[in-house]
Amino acid sequence: MAGTRNVHGGLRLDAHKQRSTRTPLRLAGVPPEIVLPLDQHAGSPATPLVQPGDVVELGQPVAVAQSDISAWLHSPVSGRVSAIEPRQAPHKTDALSIVIANDGEERRHAANTPIDFRSLKPAELCEHIARGGIVGLGGAAFPTAAKLLRAFTSEQPHLLLNGAECEPWISCDEMLMRERAADIVFGAQVLCHALNAARCTIAIEDDVPEARQALQEALATCAGAITLATVASVYPAGGERQLITSIAGLEVPGDGLPADIGMVCQNVGTAAAVARWIRDGEPLISRIVSVTGSGVRQAANLEVRIGTPLASIVADCGGYADDVQALIMGGSMMGVALASDALPLLKATNCLIVAAAADLQPRGPEMPCIRCGNCSDACPASLLPQQLHWYALSGDQPQLERLGLLDCIECGCCDYVCPSQIPLTQRFRAAKPALLTTLTARRQADAARARFESREQRLARLEQEQRARLEEKRRQLTGRKTPPAGPE
Amino acid sequence: MLAAMFLAAMLAALLAIVMLLPAWTATTSQQRLIERIDDLLPQTQCGRCTFKGCRPYATAIARGEADIDQCPPGGDLTAAALANLLGRAPKRVDPRFGIMPAQAAVAWIDEPACIGCTKCIQACPVDAIVGASKFMHTVIAAQCTGCELCIPPCPVDCIEMRPAS
Repeated sequence: MAGTRNVHGGLRLDAHKQRSTRTPLRLAGVPPEIVLPLDQHAGSPATPLVQPGDVVELGQPVAVAQSDISAWLHSPVSGRVSAIEPRQAPHKTDALSIVIANDGEERRHAANTPIDFRSLKPAELCEHIARGGIVGLGGAAFPTAAKLLRAFTSEQPHLLLNGAECEPWISCDEMLMRERAADIVFGAQVLCHALNAARCTIAIEDDVPEARQALQEALATCAGAITLATVASVYPAGGERQLITSIAGLEVPGDGLPADIGMVCQNVGTAAAVARWIRDGEPLISRIVSVTGSGVRQAANLEVRIGTPLASIVADCGGYADDVQALIMGGSMMGVALASDALPLLKATNCLIVAAAADLQPRGPEMPCIRCGNCSDACPASLLPQQLHWYALSGDQPQLERLGLLDCIECGCCDYVCPSQIPLTQRFRAAKPALLTTLTARRQADAARARFESREQRLARLEQEQRARLEEKRRQLTGRKTPPAGPE
Repeated sequence: MLAAMFLAAMLAALLAIVMLLPAWTATTSQQRLIERIDDLLPQTQCGRCTFKGCRPYATAIARGEADIDQCPPGGDLTAAALANLLGRAPKRVDPRFGIMPAQAAVAWIDEPACIGCTKCIQACPVDAIVGASKFMHTVIAAQCTGCELCIPPCPVDCIEMRPAS
């Protein structure tokens, strides 16, 4: 394909996907209690619309987006709000959450109706997508409507649907593409309309033939400028910036957004969620999650209601095997180990790895860097992790900035290849906040300096004008052509 | 012979330029030093250093008229950075020039109490207060540097410092 480009670095890893893709997608059981953290998306937390004791219906909005980067929340069950209180969540130990007791009646909220998206203007459609509580389902949970609105600055952007699920163990997007390709294609049409997009590309990896087949069949029935593109299954081919480079041959500026170069990237799961909201009137109340690893008896992909306890999901998959070492949310490269399974599923949870000892790569003690350079060969952001490591240790912020610490996507490739077992990604993640604080302070100082200087200039100009006026007046009064000589 | 004389003349001319160069560039190098010092200052423009803003203080340091320990908003980090730049022994900030709150703060106007006198607007070194005569004033929190210069002029004491969000 024209315009494609190879991405620097990356790793070919064992995908470990067969385990969870053997059985078809199925619905998970609905738990008696749902916990919805108000800050489970990127941006500011949502504001509750309900009080404890209120009766809610399935799909009813229970929290409203607070600012332009925030997301609505809807009740995934019908029942009664039992509390609004801090609860333990995967991202935080005391996340303020709406707790809903399920009455099992599945009464649907009647106000959620399908709409004809073609009759809406792009801005109205974005507003409607926001009301569906749709966030990016690839893992970052960035509110979709906010992302679409940010792309309004570019004329006819290129929509890229990300189906390149490159991280090992995760297979929820693959199952979605295999079984619900029509949803993805419908969602793509909605997103194209919302963006006034010139064209749309669905990017998938080259190791998912069934998904490719299903998407091709779904695309055959629809008219539109939607094409299918394939990328090599190299981790992290599905990183937003990496995918844009490999599909469109463009590089997103380090301090910019894809929208700055006329690209918008959305996950295929997000497109399917948009389709269900627009076509069926069902807001984002469930998502597909891969439950996998040697520590679970029946690995599978399940469609789970948001807010379901992880323990109940594992129980749905046959429960724990005997030898369980860790519970990981996310994939094996970027996932985080959880302390307990009494946590709710979030909109961003794409995978749950119940790891047995055989699944985990044992990590030895950290040894000194031997300057082999494997990490910089593997880095998909073309950084020099070995250099960043030195400067992160010494806290040398000018050097960290110069070497592009903030461009690190925390993919973990450098960790994986490091023969000295240095926890590089962890160091970089720890060094980022301090650097960001410094850069913000500097930006504010620059702004303050500019305002101070412009004020000084204005005051000087005003004083000069005042003096000129006085002199003019004096000249008129004395009738003299030149001002009197002497001290000012 | 001619070539040798020409070479000698060229060398003499070159030497003259090299010897005169420091005098020509002295002012520009001092300007550059002022810029570099100014870059290290926090740009609060609070005047606690006894100068009328960060740039005047930078100028005074460059001329040797002020010490490096006079900037409370910058704190010991700024004093250390200045010492590093100027090749001097590190110093802590002299508490006589003031002590800053541990958390960054911005000015806040109790709007119902404001009488619209514009005194705070005139005092603000970065134009971060909006309002007009006999109309309520308010602080643009994102542009407030927390210099506290607006607090003393207020005749009704309706300005206070609040933690920056």
